[in-house]
Amino acid sequence: MGKLVVHQNLVTKEKAPEIQSLCPFGAITYENDQLDISSACKMCKLCVKKSGGVVTYEEDVKKSVDKSLWTGVCVYVDHMEGAIHRVTYELLGKAKELAKVTGHPVYALMMGSAIGNSVEKLLHYGVDRVFVYDKPELKDFRIEPYTACFCDFIEKVKPSSILVGATNLGRQLAPRVAARQRAGLTADCTVLEMKENTDLVQIRPAFGGNIMAQIISPDTRPQFCTVRYKVFTEPAPTKEAQGEIVNMEIEEDKLTSAISVISTLDKPKDIDISEADVVVAVGRGAMSEALRNQAKELADLLGGVVACTRPLVEGNIMDAKHQIGLSGRTVKPKFMICLGISGAVQFAAGMKSSDCIVAINTDKSAPIFDVAHYAIVGDVSEILPRLIAKIKEGEANV
Amino acid sequence: MKILVCIKQVPGSSNVEVDPVTGVLKRDGIQSKMNPYDLYAIEMALSLTEQYGGSVEVITMGPPQAKGIITEAICMGAKKGSVLSDRKFAGADVLATAYTISQGIQKAGEFDVILCGKQTTDGDTAQVGAEVSEFLGIPNVANVLSVTNVADDSIIVTASLDDKVATMNIKMPCLLSVDGDINSPRLPSYKVLQSVTDDLIDIYSFSDFADQNPDHYGLMGSATQVERIFPPEKNAEKRSISGNADEQSEGLYQLIRERKLV
Repeated sequence: MGKLVVHQNLVTKEKAPEIQSLCPFGAITYENDQLDISSACKMCKLCVKKSGGVVTYEEDVKKSVDKSLWTGVCVYVDHMEGAIHRVTYELLGKAKELAKVTGHPVYALMMGSAIGNSVEKLLHYGVDRVFVYDKPELKDFRIEPYTACFCDFIEKVKPSSILVGATNLGRQLAPRVAARQRAGLTADCTVLEMKENTDLVQIRPAFGGNIMAQIISPDTRPQFCTVRYKVFTEPAPTKEAQGEIVNMEIEEDKLTSAISVISTLDKPKDIDISEADVVVAVGRGAMSEALRNQAKELADLLGGVVACTRPLVEGNIMDAKHQIGLSGRTVKPKFMICLGISGAVQFAAGMKSSDCIVAINTDKSAPIFDVAHYAIVGDVSEILPRLIAKIKEGEANV
Repeated sequence: MKILVCIKQVPGSSNVEVDPVTGVLKRDGIQSKMNPYDLYAIEMALSLTEQYGGSVEVITMGPPQAKGIITEAICMGAKKGSVLSDRKFAGADVLATAYTISQGIQKAGEFDVILCGKQTTDGDTAQVGAEVSEFLGIPNVANVLSVTNVADDSIIVTASLDDKVATMNIKMPCLLSVDGDINSPRLPSYKVLQSVTDDLIDIYSFSDFADQNPDHYGLMGSATQVERIFPPEKNAEKRSISGNADEQSEGLYQLIRERKLV
């Protein structure tokens, strides 16, 4: 790591405000003729680039880890009472790609109670070894015993990289384990690559998605990342089962918890926009009742669901479970139509990996056209009714 | 019960724009505010103490200006707050941030329940809470929807676990990350604002902490390293469907047919 050094001898009263203004986080202060960097600093190093030598970055010598002792790309198997979350298969597909670069094995780690049948399913996704902790104490997800098993696995197997699905469960477990290992953890990665030296290259949107950050953990192992559902593509299962199941043991006293689960109930089934193959999304440019009804009609004709941007939720026009974006759901449909959506980065972050995106907007410079595959510069209220009429007509003629 | 709420100051808008020419982040007119998710945690803390007795304190890590959100929390009903601020904390990733906050919490006192918001709107990782609980060695539950039945040494919480809702009993002390939209946060009282004095806000720096190893904080204590930043890629293979509304709707209809959606 390193630190920023301010060369006070180069700072003048006249120059100080200019240098202060370089910092997007307001972290540079100037008091009593001293230019200082406060804890608001995010180490973006823009001041190093732009201050003409007033602020420099100095590398520190630091302890390093023997990376050759850590091998394997591991996927945490996210499941609920044995029902495996599909993000697990997506991550196994990615793990296989990553492991190919370094020649490392692919591991899966599963913990729970009476999960034997589920473990078998994993053998159709190209794993070399599935490590299993099957204990009655692991029936319900409770943070302490799950963390204990995870750390027990890490100490015994020493995997180099660990991929965890960014589910509600994974988002609790991964940080807890990473903290105990004092290891790096990158949330919500959208791209993962492997370096030949086994450093996992983790790319994620930063600063609200305006910039992509490429992150590595060069001095710690294992390397943890979480990935949201539907970011990567699920591989087709192989016909033949392959890979070895390794049953793991752990001391009973590590499985205690201050938490006891009283009940686990299914949430009422709602329309889940993240599962839909076709999504018709409406934004501020299509928020009138008439257009929303037409959007719903179109979605029904295409066998899809209606979704929306944040302003419609904030305006109490649509329910939050329909919202796409960083503060809503991530969708990855096969086909998506965006109606009157400008395409703020927070929205785009939640839909840009969709297979085919069509955008209709009157503003030809709307950022939605940067992510769309098909751009239609035009008025939704004119195009939508015509499109619906054509589809209905086409169906009538069949 | 004594409750501590971890809060954060975030940019007033997450629409931080990047100047395409210079690559510099534009921050003109962007003000700071309290992370919106923290408001739900503060509201939960206040309503719990109203029901069961006790007090609410808040803690934040950030620049000295972060005092502003402590004042806001006090105006909502918190008793006092702490700011963890030091140049040595700069450039912290999740690991170093969580460690710093855990050190600060130990300095701020002993608490029965520590509450966090679901995530921040700037970092957006939703990971710091869980790491803090690990460093404090206490149980944690995320996506908490409600807290009921506060007993002497335990509480009952409901939490969202993807497509399930779990109800559980947790021994205190514990850390809970509360979900968004679970209550209606109250507005700060401007009457209280008049009476907020500096002695209600403690400022702690590195020298106040029990762990005096600077390698555990800030950039030095971070495991992750930003190798480079780059603008998001734009979609190269873009086609446009032009013409009047009739032609455009026909073009889109043909596309829908090609894709076998009708």
